[in-house]
Amino acid sequence: MATAADTVAAPRQSVRRRVSAYLFRSRRTRLTALLTLPMLWLVVIYFAAVFSLLATALFSLDSFTSAVVRTLTLANFRAVFTEPAYWRATGQTVTVAASVTVLCIALGLPMAFYMAKVAQGRSRGVLIALVITPLWASYLVKVYAWQAMVQPGNGVIAWLGKPFGLQGPGLGMVAVILTLTYLWLPYMVLPIYAGLERMPDSLLEASGDLGGRPWRTFRSVVVPLVYPSIIAGTIFTFSLSLGDYITAQIVGGKFQMLGNIVYQNYAANLPFAATIATIPVIIMVIYLALVRRTGALDNL
Amino acid sequence: MYLSSRARWAIRFVMVIGLAFIYVPLAVVLINSFNASTVFAWPPQQFTLHWWSDVWSNAGVRDAILTSVKIGLISTRVAMVLGGLLAFALSRYTFFGRQTLSLLVILPIALPGIVTALALRTAFRTILSVELSIWTVVIAHSTFCIVVMYNNVIARLRRMGTSLEAASMDLGADSFTTFRRVTFPLLRGALLAGGLLAFGLSFDEIVVTLFTAPPGVTTLPIWIFQNLFRPNQAPVVNVVAAALVLLSIVPIYISQRLAGDSTGGGRM
Repeated sequence: MATAADTVAAPRQSVRRRVSAYLFRSRRTRLTALLTLPMLWLVVIYFAAVFSLLATALFSLDSFTSAVVRTLTLANFRAVFTEPAYWRATGQTVTVAASVTVLCIALGLPMAFYMAKVAQGRSRGVLIALVITPLWASYLVKVYAWQAMVQPGNGVIAWLGKPFGLQGPGLGMVAVILTLTYLWLPYMVLPIYAGLERMPDSLLEASGDLGGRPWRTFRSVVVPLVYPSIIAGTIFTFSLSLGDYITAQIVGGKFQMLGNIVYQNYAANLPFAATIATIPVIIMVIYLALVRRTGALDNL
Repeated sequence: MYLSSRARWAIRFVMVIGLAFIYVPLAVVLINSFNASTVFAWPPQQFTLHWWSDVWSNAGVRDAILTSVKIGLISTRVAMVLGGLLAFALSRYTFFGRQTLSLLVILPIALPGIVTALALRTAFRTILSVELSIWTVVIAHSTFCIVVMYNNVIARLRRMGTSLEAASMDLGADSFTTFRRVTFPLLRGALLAGGLLAFGLSFDEIVVTLFTAPPGVTTLPIWIFQNLFRPNQAPVVNVVAAALVLLSIVPIYISQRLAGDSTGGGRM
């Protein structure tokens, strides 16, 4: 007997068609197919690696054979916590990361404001391109450039400062801070620019109409509104600075960051290096927990 | 207008300072590559093109570039597949642990580079007992390249919606045809932008590479790093550095043409 269904031609029942129909019906199969490979990769390779590193921090080194002994001990952490030298290195690293972050905000916020609210049309596009381009220049080349800038005696800064009786910063903490600020500045400018672009100009005009002078408008309107974007930028600058050791190696002279201690020790004493490496992770987790409430994590 | 002219000048002043801060060091690198002196001396007394022609015939540099390109291309491919799959799973489905997974994906670049580097090295050497080779570098690079591919693809998927795919299926196409004729062409731009980014990231990576490459596998950043402290190599390093500065314009140009999803030219 003829029903309405018969009048529609049934699709070809090829194998492919059947697999396709099965996939369409079975959400679980589709999801499994999508997730298996990337999950295997990330879990087996990456998370296993990070977990094993954290575990290694709890292992010790046999002083006789120099082999890693796989029994849990807090000896490494005790050694790190009771040694003032490591507290000092941690303090220096955090100081550098904080200074870099502050400098990036001080320079990046006005730059982003100029790009988003003052520059118009074509010049805005050019400015964005000018800020982005150095992101693609090699990291090492940029550090190398700063080596030439800060060289004591014949560096570029020393040369520029000579007529004014100023000396270059030389190799050391100041050079590290300047170089890292240089490296991470675009990571601060771009999120703030994106935040400012979302903010309507009318808010600034309203503040002006209500008698707000530029500084007051900046403090009471602009900063609160782009606060999450600023925090998003600080996550980049802070985290990237905490883990850096190449910069300190090239322009730091004798100055050392936590990364340098890890680098010097990983071959001889892996458990100890792993312990030091957990310090920036702990600091970063604390920082992320602190800023989580600002909603900045959604802006990443 | 809401800005007094004094405020406007102050901001313009900072903008100029900022751009000078960004470009003076790069200009120094460019000028230095023509410096006739074999040791660093500023300002340069004499200029020469000699070092540029020297680099052309430098086998070390050529091999390093080839190694970097090879590692970059393979890592980008791997990351493209894995990051793409992840982006589909996380944007189109809800499942247990989705929030956690989306946070975990960004860990390889959120954690300090030295932590990722040391973690991967420990895993390769002490847990899996694998000899370091070009493939351990590729695995390491792919791991952090996944993040940028994932970011690019998921941004596109969110904007794209599912209505075009639904339309394709309503018109009788099966899942495979829909993917080939509708979904993939719509994603192509994001895949290319993400791939460019992943390649750039891999090409430039130094920290993770130093920890996962055996002696003998020399990428371009490792070559630069090794020669940075050798005084007689300074002119060649200068030229390589200058060439890399000039080359950084290429990806910017391409990503502008591709009109990627993010303001960073995708670099973040």
